[in-house]
Amino acid sequence: MAEACCHGISDEKYQKLDEIINQYKGKPGGLIPVLHQAQLIFGYLPKEVQIRVAEGLDIPLSEVYGVITFYSFFSQKPRGKYTIGVCLGTACYVKGAAEIVEALEENLGIKVGDTTENGEFSLMVTRCLGACGLAPVLTIGEDVYGRLTPDKIPEIIKAYENR
Amino acid sequence: MNLYRAHVLICGGAGCLSSGCKAVQEKFIAELKAHNLENEVKMVETGCIGTCDLGPVIVIYPEGVFYKKVAPEDVQEIIEEHLIKGRYVTRLLYERPVSGEQIPFYNEIDFFRKQQRIALRNVGIINPEVIEEYIARDGYLALGKVLTQYTPEQVIQEIKDSGLRGRGGAGFPTGLKWEFTRKAPGDQKYVICNADEGDPGAFMDRSVLEGDPHSVIEAMTIAGYAVGANQGYVYVRAEYPLAVQRLEDAIKKAREFGMLGENILGTSFSFDLEIRVGAGAFVCGEETALLASIEGKRGEPRPKPPFPASHGLWGKPTLINNVETYANIPVIINRGADWFKQFGTEKSKGTKVFALAGKVNNTGLVEVPMGTTLREVIFELGGGIPNHKRFKAAQTGGPSGGCLTEKDLDRPMDYESLVAAGSMMGSGGLIVMDEDNCMVDVARFFLEFTQDESCGKCTPCRIGTKRMLEILIKITQGKGEERDLEILEELATTIKATALCGLGQSAPNPVLSTIRNFRDEYLAHIREKRCPAKVCRALLQYTIISELCKGCGLCARNCPEKAISGEPKKPYTIDQEKCIKCGNCLDKCPFNAIELK
Ligand SMILES: Cc1cc2nc3c(=O)[nH]c(=O)nc-3n(C[C@H](O)[C@H](O)[C@H](O)COP(=O)(O)O)c2cc1C
Ligand code: FES
Repeated sequence: MAEACCHGISDEKYQKLDEIINQYKGKPGGLIPVLHQAQLIFGYLPKEVQIRVAEGLDIPLSEVYGVITFYSFFSQKPRGKYTIGVCLGTACYVKGAAEIVEALEENLGIKVGDTTENGEFSLMVTRCLGACGLAPVLTIGEDVYGRLTPDKIPEIIKAYENR
Repeated sequence: MNLYRAHVLICGGAGCLSSGCKAVQEKFIAELKAHNLENEVKMVETGCIGTCDLGPVIVIYPEGVFYKKVAPEDVQEIIEEHLIKGRYVTRLLYERPVSGEQIPFYNEIDFFRKQQRIALRNVGIINPEVIEEYIARDGYLALGKVLTQYTPEQVIQEIKDSGLRGRGGAGFPTGLKWEFTRKAPGDQKYVICNADEGDPGAFMDRSVLEGDPHSVIEAMTIAGYAVGANQGYVYVRAEYPLAVQRLEDAIKKAREFGMLGENILGTSFSFDLEIRVGAGAFVCGEETALLASIEGKRGEPRPKPPFPASHGLWGKPTLINNVETYANIPVIINRGADWFKQFGTEKSKGTKVFALAGKVNNTGLVEVPMGTTLREVIFELGGGIPNHKRFKAAQTGGPSGGCLTEKDLDRPMDYESLVAAGSMMGSGGLIVMDEDNCMVDVARFFLEFTQDESCGKCTPCRIGTKRMLEILIKITQGKGEERDLEILEELATTIKATALCGLGQSAPNPVLSTIRNFRDEYLAHIREKRCPAKVCRALLQYTIISELCKGCGLCARNCPEKAISGEPKKPYTIDQEKCIKCGNCLDKCPFNAIELK
């Protein structure tokens, strides 16, 4: 049963999660910081992790689920190795971010919100990243690319494919 | 301590980071060493200098020479010419957008010269990771002064006298808010900094947190003393990881220096700070939703009153102010309310930071006295509209605001005048639009945003904005009817009057404001099925210019709908009924023979 319960996720990760839960246990307002950390550890928040957090913090699972679904930052689906976030803030939008999204969809063969079959890339749209001076902007992991035009997209993607 | 003969400031703000400032900095450090200058010239990584579009930028002191778009290849020349021989590298100097005149000095460039930096006094000047640099510029002086010479009431009086109003959007008098919180009964109180900066297209707060985190820490501690709180929280949005990191680092150093924690500066006052990171919900910028989020719940707002000043975090009296509001506090204490009051207009004192973005030459951050006109900001500091295009509108107040047009260019901007112009100050995002932007599409964009961010708790916001969005989409698709404008206006009025929180109450603003200012553009979409700015795809037509078409057939082969036909070597044609406007043909045509109208 152990395997079925954990999707083969290593015990080590759960150990880390338990440490974090213990750190916040009994402190008011700890749920969101714990979920942030949990998402860092697992990459997303599968049901098993939600249950562990609920039990650990002694909060109803429905509340944990309610919080996860409220905030767009929390994901219940696994993401690709690289998450591409295209800014659709106002500054980026008026400078053609919609065309950047199209170029990415075409280049990767997926729609916004999806992950490529090989698990390499997830495509997301984000709110303002605060780099509006360089609009339109996208991020891949921690890297930021600004002053984009659709024709720059293939080159950017390529640099990650070969890593 | 080593005395350096020159300082090289390199901007490490978000804009410059993405333009590659790290590589320039590394090169500088290596080259300074190679030239044996590392004990003579000091490299300082600062927060956002403000001119994001010109990045990576550096400023070299003592002269204050400003270099733009510096690449690693330029570093050796800068060192050999400027730092060794004392000659400027002219090709990297700033040029006035229209005249092309070169301006070497930082403080003579229009963009900086016209600014009055109070909240941004240290941003782009100090290294935010070195607390001593903050202290050297009078940092923590105000805190010391307050703790040893002022009663809490005197602090509040000073802030009231200064006329400072909240920079987070609503413009509520800050001193009054402090007084309410102080007077609210309760032995446990909290101080919160709202760093959620949800307005898309705004990055003032981010720059302060990244470029001068101690100013916020100092101000919150002063606020704690004034209202009687011993614990503070900074609520930062998750999209700003660098801000979180800088702030964490600064909090740690402030504790080490005895500016935070138990018995601050040896007095009996104790205060500490914690960071809470948001999780991607715009509504959490609204103060009651923000409180729910810190409490670990869904960030849903609740009706006010009671206000947070009496019923805040965990039901305790809580002071909530915006990042920029706090950044003004230490200066007001140090220089006095009278000094601060000399800037601004009758009812709006001090300065405002604007994040200039969109179709403007000098995008970036500017801090100007309240009452500066839109024309000065866009055309003097901002250097006007790129590519000789025409100014069409500027959006202030983000998704809660409205647009300003040509007729508003000479209006002095303050809280009252912007509301009178049908917009609002908001948090300071200022997005410039030119003739290529469609205002119907912009209205649709904002409504899509608020629709998506509506928390769903109240019906007017959840369903009302959805109905409005549907109508706007219909119009941009050429299916609009004349009476749609009336329905939009009616829905807007109802939503404004009945929504639970500021998000819903202000969501219709961009629609109302664009209808008011650009009715003709709406009517062109509705009556003529035409998008004058050529943005709304459904209303555009792809056509083949027969004089240019060589009949190669590439377009027809790439058309997913088989909407293009013709004979080889003769001009092809597009069947408009079948065309889905994907634009493939336009991209593929080697002869530029396809036109979008
Ligand atoms: C939908 C909505 C979003 C808001 N977002 C922010 C925000 O991102 N940052 C902010 O400081 N204030 C925001 N506010 C305003 C806050 O509710 C509050 O008025 C402000 O933080 C008070 O600080 P101040 O008096 O210093 O401006 C928002 C309000 C609404 C209704
Ligand atoms: S709008 Fe894209 S970074 Fe701000």
